[in-house]
Amino acid sequence: MSDEYDNNKSYQAQSSETMGGSAPASPDMDYVRPAETPDQELYHGHSFITKWVFCQDAKVIGVQYFLTAVFTGIVGLILSWLMRLQLGFPGAAGFMTAEHYYQFVTMHGMIMVVYFLTALFLGGFGNYLIPLMVGARDMVFPYVNMISFWMFFIAVAVLMASFFVPGGPTGAGWTLYPPQTILPGTPGAGMGILLMLVSLSLFVIGFTMGGLNYLITILQARTRGMTLMRMPLTVWGIFTATVLAMLAFPALLVSAIMMTLDKILGTSFFMPTILQAGEVLEYGGGSPILFQHLFWFFGHPEVYIVALPAFGIVSDLISVHSRKNIFGYRMMVWAIVGIGALSFFVWAHHMYVSGMNPWFGFFFATTTLIIAVPTAMKVYNWILTLWRGNIRLNTVMLWCLGFIVTFVNGGITGIFLGNVSVDVPLSDTYFVIAHFHMVMGIAPLMVIMGAVYHWFPLVSGKFLDEKLGKWHFWLTFLGAYSIYFPMHYLGFIGVPRRYFEMYDSPYMTSAVGMNEFISMAAFIVGAAQFILIYNIIRTLKVGKKAGQNPWKANSLEWLTSTVPPEHGNFGERLPVVHRWPYDFSVPGAKDDFITQTTPPSEVVHTEVEKT
Amino acid sequence: MSDPQIEGLQLKPGFKGMSEDTGSDQTMFKGVHWGKAMMWIFLLSDTFVFSCFLISYMKGRGSTLVDWPYPSEVFALHVGGVSVPLLLIAIMTFVLITSSGTMALAVKYGYEKNRKMCGWLVLATALGGLTFVGMQAFEWTKLIEEGVRPWENPFGAAQFGSFFFMITGFHGTHVSIGVIFLFIYAYKVFAGHYENGGKRGWFTTMKGDYVEIEILGLYWHFVDLVWVFIFAFFYLW
Ligand code: HEM
Ligand SMILES: [Cu+2]
Repeated sequence: MSDEYDNNKSYQAQSSETMGGSAPASPDMDYVRPAETPDQELYHGHSFITKWVFCQDAKVIGVQYFLTAVFTGIVGLILSWLMRLQLGFPGAAGFMTAEHYYQFVTMHGMIMVVYFLTALFLGGFGNYLIPLMVGARDMVFPYVNMISFWMFFIAVAVLMASFFVPGGPTGAGWTLYPPQTILPGTPGAGMGILLMLVSLSLFVIGFTMGGLNYLITILQARTRGMTLMRMPLTVWGIFTATVLAMLAFPALLVSAIMMTLDKILGTSFFMPTILQAGEVLEYGGGSPILFQHLFWFFGHPEVYIVALPAFGIVSDLISVHSRKNIFGYRMMVWAIVGIGALSFFVWAHHMYVSGMNPWFGFFFATTTLIIAVPTAMKVYNWILTLWRGNIRLNTVMLWCLGFIVTFVNGGITGIFLGNVSVDVPLSDTYFVIAHFHMVMGIAPLMVIMGAVYHWFPLVSGKFLDEKLGKWHFWLTFLGAYSIYFPMHYLGFIGVPRRYFEMYDSPYMTSAVGMNEFISMAAFIVGAAQFILIYNIIRTLKVGKKAGQNPWKANSLEWLTSTVPPEHGNFGERLPVVHRWPYDFSVPGAKDDFITQTTPPSEVVHTEVEKT
Repeated sequence: MSDPQIEGLQLKPGFKGMSEDTGSDQTMFKGVHWGKAMMWIFLLSDTFVFSCFLISYMKGRGSTLVDWPYPSEVFALHVGGVSVPLLLIAIMTFVLITSSGTMALAVKYGYEKNRKMCGWLVLATALGGLTFVGMQAFEWTKLIEEGVRPWENPFGAAQFGSFFFMITGFHGTHVSIGVIFLFIYAYKVFAGHYENGGKRGWFTTMKGDYVEIEILGLYWHFVDLVWVFIFAFFYLW
């Protein structure tokens, strides 16, 4: 606790307070009230095991999450290669049967959505950035945080184990719809699906432990002066996504438990009366639609669990690299919160063809289209932030621009699919594949890439190579468009998704060339990702030193005592915050940035806003 | 409870004051222990778990074609030749609610630093919970002897057995976990881990404090509250 500020009585850090533009400097104006809680004591590991394996430092845990998630991502990528090989050049992958194809589709989808993107954004970026950005020494419960990672690790191990059990992994599609999921005839209906369900349950349990940490750290462990409305949008995005996860994962957990019981105990929660090869099965009386509701009550918020951190991160990257404050900060915050809340009321737009009551469809179409409003506001605000900014067209900015374009593209097709009458003919076609890959596959991936290039100098102290970065970006961006743009057309002519081969169905004769082209692009895009891995290895060896605050950013993670930050983050004293992180290019200031810790008395002669 | 005293901060009245205080720096909930805030949010998440279970139960009960068994017959006990509906469950509910009372008293004595009373009351709560779990095991045994299984049910719809065993089992697991922790915390209270500034826990640098009893209490009350809903949905509907 600091004493030099304690002598003062009245001033409290409040985000909405105004102080009058050009008041003369006085020591009073720098007052921030003292800390409410004593400094957090940390458990410092000493052995290799406690420092790097069972580590309680959120930054190490973040990197562990990141690497594990990237590993699963590479598995998902290889599976997509195999699928594209089959689709573009049927029979070229000699060993591949239709069963294999279903298994690859399923594992690819589940891995990418849950084990790659969710774990990467919340576990990876969340752990690394939250304590640094809110000015905390660590997460509030470091021990629980460590367990959270190892739970995730076991979940991944169980998932990967399903590749090696008899019958292989489940091939039911990532949506795991019963009754077919657990019936013979579906690949992996034995051990495969069980391991998948167990793995998902473990993931939820592990995530809950991490999620509680993220939430309480943000709510109760911010540093002095860090009001809610001074938090970087990254923190807002991760925060809201974590709230969504805490409320949406229960539905996944419950449906996983119920399906496990259907599978091993022979209950019929989701199983109707079924005739198989002329025989009535033991099952009967359950409701497959119930599973769909539970799954999508999780599944739709899940989309935003991936998207909201991406929104937050990209806002910060755009602001820093166009040297302008984010346009409409408060609007951005409320849009994130609003999208998060609305995302719980739209789930059945994934079920338009399930035979539900048309009035239901009408309701869910309406709520779905309402979400477009805050989402569009965010897009406008990103563009207005760029407008007349001092844009640095570096790799980070390229990824951000790529994100905006891709996201708008995917968002527009989302409006198509949100309307029942348009969705019904497009449902289960490649149009859907194109839509969700654009909006929740490629767009968040672009943000991840931008974030990696942006924060790598913090994590390692060295700049990633710009030239390789630009190659990486352009190959990925143009390649991704080559993959997914033609898929919209394939959807329009009616090519169904989740098909192993189209044989000589009429619409395929015209689309053979297109499929070959898409597959070639997919190979190139996938391979281009290894440029990043090469870049990282090379940078760690011979990269350019970055030093403190290399991007001239304002937020606290760049203001640590050492680069890379040590355990405890901020050295002797925690930083004291006086403003939001977006004071760029303030007229009258000597630099084009004013860090969050700069006290008001140092910037009285500038036109800085009171935040 | 009185408002927390925070140096340099006056909590302001009214809605505007509340929104200013929640939006202010450092903490959103002034003076609230980290662990306590965590427990509240965990319970919110757990509420969704139980809600999903109970809503699934409603849907399952609604969509099965076979008749649902009569709770007053299935859950009756034969005492002295007469069948008394819901007898066991009434006792179970009474025991569990009473244990919520002893838990609340334990929290009170904890904050008064009355180590002995607090310890005995936590122990009493643990025994109440244990009794509940025991009676639940008895009820399960009885139903299983009568032929009810997760996959079949001689009294009507098979889904009755499925949902009953799943949901009461999940709730019973919560109670059992609570009982284990209640015993551990009873030991910790008696051993004085919360006295004189507190003893450091295992693998953590945080010091013990009687607030941990309150956090455990939150969990315990939640488990009781969930039971009230399960009771209403399974035994009264
Ligand atoms: C190089 C990048 C990628 C390629 C080439 C690719 C390719 C594919 C292909 C060929 C399918 C199967 C289409 C079908 O037969 O139905 C598919 C499905 C899917 N992909 Fe990707 N994908 C990529 C990245 C991603 C990412 C980043 C995500 C994360 C959201 C993702 C999520 C999914 C999902 C959820 C499915 C549906 C699985 C199912 O139908 O059960 N993909 N992808
Ligand atoms: Cu959706």
